[in-house]
Amino acid sequence: MRTRQFLKPRTVSREVDEIVDALPKHNIGSQGYDPWGLNPDTAKITFTAVRWLYEHYFRVRAHGLENVAGSGRLLIVGNHSGQLPMDGVMVSFAVANKAEDARLPRSMIERWFPSVPFLGNWMNSVGGVIGDPKNCAKMLEREEAIVVFPEGIRGSGKPYRLRYQLQRFGHGFMHLAMEHGTPIVPVGVVGCEETMPSLVDIKPLARMLGMPYFPLAPLVPLPARVFLNFGRPMHFANDARNEQDVEWRVEEVKDAIRDLIDTGIAQRKSIF
Amino acid sequence: MSDGKRKQPARRGASAAASSETVRRKTPARRRTEAEAQARPAGNGIGSETRGKVLVTGAAGALAQHVIALLREHYDVVGVEFRGVQAEYPDTVDYVVDFNTRPFEDVFREHGFMAIIHLGRIRFTQSTRNRRYSANVVGTARLLRLALKYGVEQVIALSTYHVYGADARNPSLIDEEYPMRAANLMREVVDAVELENLFNIHLYKHPELNISILRPCNIAGPGINNEISRMLSQPVAPCLFGFSPLMQFIHVEDMARAVVRSFERNHPGVYNVAPDDYVAYQDALQQAGCRRLFLPSVPPALARRAVRALGRYAPPDYLIDFFKYAVIIDGSLFARTFDFEPEHSLTELLSHYRGLK
Repeated sequence: MRTRQFLKPRTVSREVDEIVDALPKHNIGSQGYDPWGLNPDTAKITFTAVRWLYEHYFRVRAHGLENVAGSGRLLIVGNHSGQLPMDGVMVSFAVANKAEDARLPRSMIERWFPSVPFLGNWMNSVGGVIGDPKNCAKMLEREEAIVVFPEGIRGSGKPYRLRYQLQRFGHGFMHLAMEHGTPIVPVGVVGCEETMPSLVDIKPLARMLGMPYFPLAPLVPLPARVFLNFGRPMHFANDARNEQDVEWRVEEVKDAIRDLIDTGIAQRKSIF
Repeated sequence: MSDGKRKQPARRGASAAASSETVRRKTPARRRTEAEAQARPAGNGIGSETRGKVLVTGAAGALAQHVIALLREHYDVVGVEFRGVQAEYPDTVDYVVDFNTRPFEDVFREHGFMAIIHLGRIRFTQSTRNRRYSANVVGTARLLRLALKYGVEQVIALSTYHVYGADARNPSLIDEEYPMRAANLMREVVDAVELENLFNIHLYKHPELNISILRPCNIAGPGINNEISRMLSQPVAPCLFGFSPLMQFIHVEDMARAVVRSFERNHPGVYNVAPDDYVAYQDALQQAGCRRLFLPSVPPALARRAVRALGRYAPPDYLIDFFKYAVIIDGSLFARTFDFEPEHSLTELLSHYRGLK
């Protein structure tokens, strides 16, 4: 609390202050926390750095943001890449930074993050939530928007040679969307693959450190240009007869994301 | 300790035994609305001005004192305490008796209880694991047997949110259906899980007991002496470096209201009791006027050693994960079912501890 009180007036610009103040905070309690640990003051401090990364380092171009509704439950589903969850941060900031109907979508984080000192608390306080179906269900019941990468670590930890090839999608997001009557907004992320290209996953080292993967990659993300393309909301009725039906619907979402990735690659004139 | 009664229960076995043979309802009682709860008929015989006799266990505790104060307006209350022999007990305690001893049945013979509010549970720091198991689980099993034998119509049991266990993978807003993972994560807390299982079995096997199980978040406020309350009362409180889990607190007076509300409305089931308000542990410490003593958090063995070295100035080492990972429970079912809303804010609660410094 004291660290926040010290840092906030020294780091947060008026623009970032206004961005965060304008976001809906219907789940935040009297002490400035929501049930998943989001704290607007910590978010402001973090957004100051994220804004610089978004505007000046990765020079993000976001298209189709009008497809993200300003209220109501929503799943934003995209392709995962880049070893670090930079894509989630950029997608969340793009939606929070919208001129109209801005909101802060919550990002799913790996289950081992909360066990890391500082990192777990910090990620929670800027909107990260562990990727648990119960968490998602509760958030949708409370009309939150959630960024989901159904590839999980299969996508973020994949080597550079597999760039822009969608890995297997988990079906959990589709079950959630159907059961909770939630529209899915597909998003194609282009550029994050190049921010941290990995040659190989050093599995023994990852096992030793208890991490999901350990990439042989640059130590800091490279300043690749990032293109985000948000597609039209997709609606799925809760009438799947079996898991095969669910898989077909997941494939529909994957196809939409592939189209959006192709659009992003076509928009990109240079990688850096 | 077991037979150190302040007041010897009189023996009137014949009349009580007869009541055990009456035909008991095998379905839960009809749910009561607020108006019906207020209009509950006198249950203590012709001419009685109260609605019946209620047994409250753990009567020396701060929560029980608040509950008894609220109940006394309309009910005859008998307070029973079984935790140790003290020089002096508050006037809420009518009997000091071990649940596992025969004289405990005399209390049931003496009074025709319509309901039991079971708040007497030995907390994790108060005794050894075996002693806790014996008192909390075996003793409660006997309490329930006696409740069945003497035709008690309603049982309210106080559990704890600790039954969910603290783990990095816990989702937020844990609801009542979530597994009680403490049994797997922390052996020292297993008596709390067993206690719940016992009540759950009776809840379905003996619906006529109308059992409600309440799982509150951290209870705090004047008179409360649990682990978190001790931390907030101290001028210097330990916290793990790099960890400040989100917590929920309920004021002891609000919790007492919740217990009485669940008794009067009678909706049997399992309920989390927690407000929809949250604060990070380190923020709570600072608002309560505590200075933070940072303990090493990794590796976990070093953290446990540091906590053990601080003795009673720190939580017990097997509860350390509750000061590391958030265990946020969803109290909305209780709030909806019983029209319950806490009256005391989190700021007010933490100000109480600041005022103690």
